[in-house]
Amino acid sequence: MSLYYVQKLLYQLNRDPAVRRRFQEDRDDLLSEYQLTDEERDAIVEGNIGLLYVMGVNGQILMHYSALLGQKWEEYLEAMREGVRKYGPVRAGLYTLLEDREQTWRPDLHGNR
Amino acid sequence: MSVVFAGVCSHAPGITGRADRADPAVRDAFYAKLDEMRQRLEASRPDALIVVAAEHFANFFMNNMPAYCMGMAESYEGPIEDEKWLGIERTRVPGNAGLSRRIIEAMLHDIDLAYAEEWKFDHGIMVPLHFLTPRYDLPVIPVNINCQGPPLTPLARAYEFGRALRRACDAQPERIAIVGTGGISHWPATPNSGVINEEWDREFLRRFLANDREALISYTDAETFRDAGQGGFEIRTFIAIAGATEGKTGELLFYAPIPIFAVGCTVATMAV
Repeated sequence: MSLYYVQKLLYQLNRDPAVRRRFQEDRDDLLSEYQLTDEERDAIVEGNIGLLYVMGVNGQILMHYSALLGQKWEEYLEAMREGVRKYGPVRAGLYTLLEDREQTWRPDLHGNR
Repeated sequence: MSVVFAGVCSHAPGITGRADRADPAVRDAFYAKLDEMRQRLEASRPDALIVVAAEHFANFFMNNMPAYCMGMAESYEGPIEDEKWLGIERTRVPGNAGLSRRIIEAMLHDIDLAYAEEWKFDHGIMVPLHFLTPRYDLPVIPVNINCQGPPLTPLARAYEFGRALRRACDAQPERIAIVGTGGISHWPATPNSGVINEEWDREFLRRFLANDREALISYTDAETFRDAGQGGFEIRTFIAIAGATEGKTGELLFYAPIPIFAVGCTVATMAV
């Protein structure tokens, strides 16, 4: 597990257009600069938001990667829930302690309240 | 001169980015109170605005994470996020490097404060500025308190930070406004996004508005995480404002949970 480097890559991707360009044009070279497991590398390349959430990526970093991938807000929230259903509880970071709160409100995928 | 204005407000990106999705009546009432805060801020005729914020991995990462940092640049750029996603156009915000430097030099007697001559604003500062200085014509000095990547500064230190900020500002000739911005309870960008613990928020606001230091700093991070989510760690920004206005109390202009904004939307001023 190298959650630190997964988050570092996504942090730099979010804030630096030059890193985004390399991510599009020379991805292997860019990713080789980070200490990533195969699972982490695949999750990033595939844009597997659910698995990245389960790995422990902070939502304040992850939501921007989701936006970069073109996901709508509700799709992002659902991807995280799907990740937990598919891969199990969050493995590292702050959210290992996160309990599923009773949702008094949840928009559907079309954004209806 | 001195501190001429102090207040707090929310900064969630949904406030602008998902504006069209909220109940218009509640949203517009919230916006109206933000505008009232703007009017009060302008009426105080500030020379500069210090925004005590809790940024979200726009400038600071776990390779070198300051507990406290103040900007010391001539200008700042923001938002760092996609303009359409946030609903705020990218712009350059004026700073005041000389004033920053004098405040930092004064504060270092009390607080080990980091400084940054380069800083890109994220929604944590741009959303408040969008409402409070919509023409971006007031010099801004950003402050970040790390509320994202634990270990975090203790709440008592956040109050001390506010006290030190006040002492430093009072020693300057400029008229200075201070605005703290953070969530109260919220679970931003997680599957619990949209959950708001209104009861917890109202009790926190009661303590804040009364400027009850002992009650404000009595929360443990474990309690806050349990009851108010990881977004609750941002109470540090409010507590810093309480420290900067020690002995004074506040006025709540607005509070209402707005789930699509993912936070209990808050506008308040503190006597200075």
